[in-house]
Amino acid sequence: MSRIERRFARLREEGRAALVTFITAGDPDYDTSLAAIRALNEAGADIIEIGMPFTDPMADGPAIQLAAQRALKGGQTLARTLDLVRALRETDADTPVILMGYYNPIYIYGVERFLADAKAAGVDGFIVVDLPPEEDTELCLPALQAGLAFIRLATPTTDDVRLPSVLANTSGFVYYVSINGVTGTAVPDFEAVAASVARIKRHTDLPVVVGFGVRTGDHAAAIARGADGVVVGSAVVEALRGSLDADGKAGPGTVPAVTALVRELAEGVRSVARRG
Amino acid sequence: MSNKPNSYTAGPDEHGHFGIFGGRFVAETLMPLILSLEKAYGEARRDPAFAAAIASHQTHYIGRPSPLYYADRLTEEVRARAPAGQGAKIYLKREELNHTGSHKVNNVLGQILLALRMGKKRIIAETGAGQHGVATATLCARFGLQCVVYMGAVDVARQKPNVVRMQLLGAEVRPVQSGARTLKDAMNEALRDWVTNVADTFYCIGTVAGPHPYPAMVRDFQSIIGREVREQVEAQEGRLPDSLVACIGGGSNAMGLFHPFLDEPSVEIFGVEAAGHGLDSGAHAASIAGGRPGVLHGNRTYLLMDGDGQIEEAHSISAGLDYPGIGPEHSWLHETGRVTYLSATDAEALAAFQQLSRLEGIIPALESSHALARAVDLAAQRPRDHIQVVNLSGRGDKDIDQVSALLAASNNEGAGA
Repeated sequence: MSRIERRFARLREEGRAALVTFITAGDPDYDTSLAAIRALNEAGADIIEIGMPFTDPMADGPAIQLAAQRALKGGQTLARTLDLVRALRETDADTPVILMGYYNPIYIYGVERFLADAKAAGVDGFIVVDLPPEEDTELCLPALQAGLAFIRLATPTTDDVRLPSVLANTSGFVYYVSINGVTGTAVPDFEAVAASVARIKRHTDLPVVVGFGVRTGDHAAAIARGADGVVVGSAVVEALRGSLDADGKAGPGTVPAVTALVRELAEGVRSVARRG
Repeated sequence: MSNKPNSYTAGPDEHGHFGIFGGRFVAETLMPLILSLEKAYGEARRDPAFAAAIASHQTHYIGRPSPLYYADRLTEEVRARAPAGQGAKIYLKREELNHTGSHKVNNVLGQILLALRMGKKRIIAETGAGQHGVATATLCARFGLQCVVYMGAVDVARQKPNVVRMQLLGAEVRPVQSGARTLKDAMNEALRDWVTNVADTFYCIGTVAGPHPYPAMVRDFQSIIGREVREQVEAQEGRLPDSLVACIGGGSNAMGLFHPFLDEPSVEIFGVEAAGHGLDSGAHAASIAGGRPGVLHGNRTYLLMDGDGQIEEAHSISAGLDYPGIGPEHSWLHETGRVTYLSATDAEALAAFQQLSRLEGIIPALESSHALARAVDLAAQRPRDHIQVVNLSGRGDKDIDQVSALLAASNNEGAGA
């Protein structure tokens, strides 16, 4: 059983949804982001998504665009992102780690070498925004072969005809994008999201988590009623940004700013009991 | 240079690949839209009424065919400096005489007619120099469609006349403040808009890049340039041309000129990238000369990037060439060796801009001036019966403020020296 499967099995026993939190690697510097990521699990995150910064994040809104720019300015690279996962694994052997980003840095690193290094570092899976099923031979199939999860995004535009091809090579869980749009820009319609999650669940036994636009504990609770997990990205990244000084430097308040929000989100998720 | 294809015009394959280049590297939200666009374009291509509508608007609205003009004073100037017996006949394909002042309108006409067939009411576009934005705003006005144009804030400042033009035509110009605030960032922002407004919006991409089917579709709409050149050279010279030269940012004017000649082995073909301050300066926009294959904006192609795969900022005097990538079909034509890719610097383009203005009474766009800069060198190395066709892809009115500022600055430097 993989780390992701073990984590969802445990959450099923606890009768609750997963809280998945996102932080951009190296935002605003390597040490701060490592400290923040290390604090996530204790604050209540069940799965950690780590953003691989890219210059041209076409599916991201301003919050995550700026986080990527801060990280790149701070010297973050894909190799340093793998270093960060390795460092996290020294203190946390169990929390699933998903790398999220865009294909070009991986392509340039070299797919085979990247998969080997990511696996050795302790990565569990990937979300690569610009690799739809039509491009599965690029990274998805090699990742599955290497025993790593490839988590696909399903969106409001993914209809029942297309859904099977989106789900075909998906593993770990399915990430339902709750809005048409970029990250962190709109609050989803929770009823519509619940209906969409139910629709996806008719096609797959994999856990379905929901993200894009979840900002508060109340949002998280609303999503957690129907979904197997809630992803929060832009709001966490904005909490981090709000703690930076005028020069964009982190201070003693940075990690607490992140963990305070994650605690609120975790309470929201835990307030909703789910039938096993 | 390995495994030469039987034909250079058969691509792309059903997955949108030209060799390893092209593809559909987009977010899932956009995939269903791209598939429906591919289907709609396939149906339109087979519909004689669609071709007839394009032809009618080309004649009565755009003013096609554009002339093929023998630039005899430019040719004489080249011959005066060339070795004895050398100096090709230089013809200019006058795309700058199209309505809106560049080749961009050829593609926009096709895409807008397709958007109407698909029932889309809102058109978005990215623009660098503003030529594609103006063409899109123009056809949206003509057909009563809502138009939003994304333009890098830097380009908004350096191409002011085109911004005013778009606004007069009823378009909303949204300055883009992210990244280097030029064409690449405008394209990111247009993609973000499209992801957000999937139901009613058609993304009118301005060049032969982006996810499949855009590179092939835009090429098809631009190929009217090369088809006319074939007929016009045949009428004026009774044979095929010997060489073709076009500038390349994304490469749509070049693909349009080149494509009908790719399977004519006697025709030499040259694309000219923007070398900015020089290929060694790090400040240029020559993706083939200074880049390598990567994935951006929906396709795999040659890109300018650092060792970590982060996209680097391009630089060119010309806003229309200021893009760190190139259309995927060009990448393939480079790797197969069918097309030779050269480059011209800012200074060379500026000199060619002035040369054509003075010798032929034609003010070329700074983009097209890159093609002219290399064309005169190539012509000087070829015999006098060699027929060279240069794509004069746009007119330079939009550039005169920038050029006069650059010339004033270089005159001041000269005076101080």
